[in-house]
Amino acid sequence: MKVAKDLVAASATPMVLGILAEGESYGYAILRRINELSGGELDWTEGLLYPLLHRLERLGHLESSWQAVAGERKRKYYRITDRGLAELAEQRRQWDTVVGALKEIWHDRAPLTVHPLEGLA
Amino acid sequence: MTAHEGPQELEAQFEQWRQYVLRRRELQAVDADELEDHLRGSVDELVAAGLSPDEAFLVAVKRMGSLDDLSREFAREHSERLWKQLVLTGDSGSPVGGTRSRRDLWVMLGCAAGAVVSVKVPALFGLSFADDGSFYARNFTLFALPWLAAYLAWRRGARRTVIAALAVLFVLGAVAANAYPLADDSQSVVVTSVHLPIALWLVVGLAYVADDWRSSRRRMDFIRFTGEWFIYLVLMALGGGVLSAFLFNTFAAIGIVPEAFISQWLLPGGAAAAVVVAGWLVEAKQSVVENIAPVLTRLFTPLFTAALLAFLVAVVWTSHGIDVEREALLLFDLLLVVVLGLLLYSLSARDPLAPPGPFDKLQLALVVSALAIDVLVLLEITGRITDEYGGTPNRAAALGENVILLVNLAWSAWLLLSFIRRRTPFAALERWQTGYLPVYAAWAWIVVLVFPPLFSFA
Repeated sequence: MKVAKDLVAASATPMVLGILAEGESYGYAILRRINELSGGELDWTEGLLYPLLHRLERLGHLESSWQAVAGERKRKYYRITDRGLAELAEQRRQWDTVVGALKEIWHDRAPLTVHPLEGLA
Repeated sequence: MTAHEGPQELEAQFEQWRQYVLRRRELQAVDADELEDHLRGSVDELVAAGLSPDEAFLVAVKRMGSLDDLSREFAREHSERLWKQLVLTGDSGSPVGGTRSRRDLWVMLGCAAGAVVSVKVPALFGLSFADDGSFYARNFTLFALPWLAAYLAWRRGARRTVIAALAVLFVLGAVAANAYPLADDSQSVVVTSVHLPIALWLVVGLAYVADDWRSSRRRMDFIRFTGEWFIYLVLMALGGGVLSAFLFNTFAAIGIVPEAFISQWLLPGGAAAAVVVAGWLVEAKQSVVENIAPVLTRLFTPLFTAALLAFLVAVVWTSHGIDVEREALLLFDLLLVVVLGLLLYSLSARDPLAPPGPFDKLQLALVVSALAIDVLVLLEITGRITDEYGGTPNRAAALGENVILLVNLAWSAWLLLSFIRRRTPFAALERWQTGYLPVYAAWAWIVVLVFPPLFSFA
């Protein structure tokens, strides 16, 4: 199973903000973490991740800094801001609504064979 | 040995990949840094899993996916990068280019200030714009163009002989404008005021091609420079107009009328400075912004061709001869100049190696119809030059220009035709145009220096 592209894109922002809420991180590690969390089902590309990180930085949800690692190598670390945390809370509320509604629907559907009888009654 | 070579080779591969990434306009150096770090993370992990560095690199690059997709995604977030930005003080990423262009900026500001001062110096000797309009009309280009030439000569690192030649020519221009006893209302004053700028502009051209003045390519660069410079000047004039209007009206609203400041200081000073600033802008943005002149030429060549053909058809249809009045020759001179400009700026942007296409045929049609119209005009005008009005400096100058442009365009049409028939390379046309530049210069200097005494300062 692969998660559809639209769904990956829609869930990308809360996912990145959520991971960064755990502590600062950098691109490659974020990608690894998403892979890990989804058991490899979420197919993220660099073309999705980095422009998204830049966009969130531009919107003030994240801030970044270059840090030296292992000699001359530089790495760009991202940190979530207060704005980002607020955005994450808002996104979470929305996702809870969507997920809750879906659960309701699927919960109602499970005894699908019973309902038509009730309707007839 | 291999253990030592491995990492080095890997570094070389990273470097190569980086260069490849940086070729994309959507991806900048910081993005390349970030993506390189990503790639390295991926490689490290694969090496730890037991792959050789070589294999790990290949797999990691493959995983990252095509650079096309990557840059497309980056372009969506960073769309401003596709609009090439004019960075006034050079690329901040490269310290060498930075200091160089900052020095450039200071030299330009110095030259612009020099031009502004030059405009106001005559006022110290009691020459005002209102009472000595003819003096300023004759000399205006002498205030600004030497400074533009100085800036360009500095940029090109001109040799002393070239600098001396530039100085001599500008002095000669000053002599021509001021030494002859020309009455303010004489025709010669007008003729000099028109031709001196042309002569001096080509002196600026000499400064522009100072590093290699024989090269046809460099001269073509000067033609490109001229087009872009003119467009920048027009844009700055528009901006200056808006600025003056606001300045005047806002101050007028509080009861102060800054008319004297605007007409005595802002407009003349701003115009002189704009001449230098426009030159600097063209030099600074050369590779940053697409040249405008060729774009305009592409738009207007078909329209002008249609207009000229329509005119020719109308002349034949109505069999109405062209009514040659006093100003007619000048009008048709200007027409030839426009056609020449359209031709030149299309040439300047054309890939010399591209095979002849429909646009070249369109240009041939444009040039031939302009030539046909001009021949009709010349036929009408023959004989009138010797009538009682004849022999004025105006007419002699206009006729001379007509002949010069006619020769140029006729030979251009021939070269264009043989190019379309694949007999001559495109470079022949380019060389003909760049080789012709000295002819304009020579004629302009003759008009400025020889005409006034020849026509006894009429």
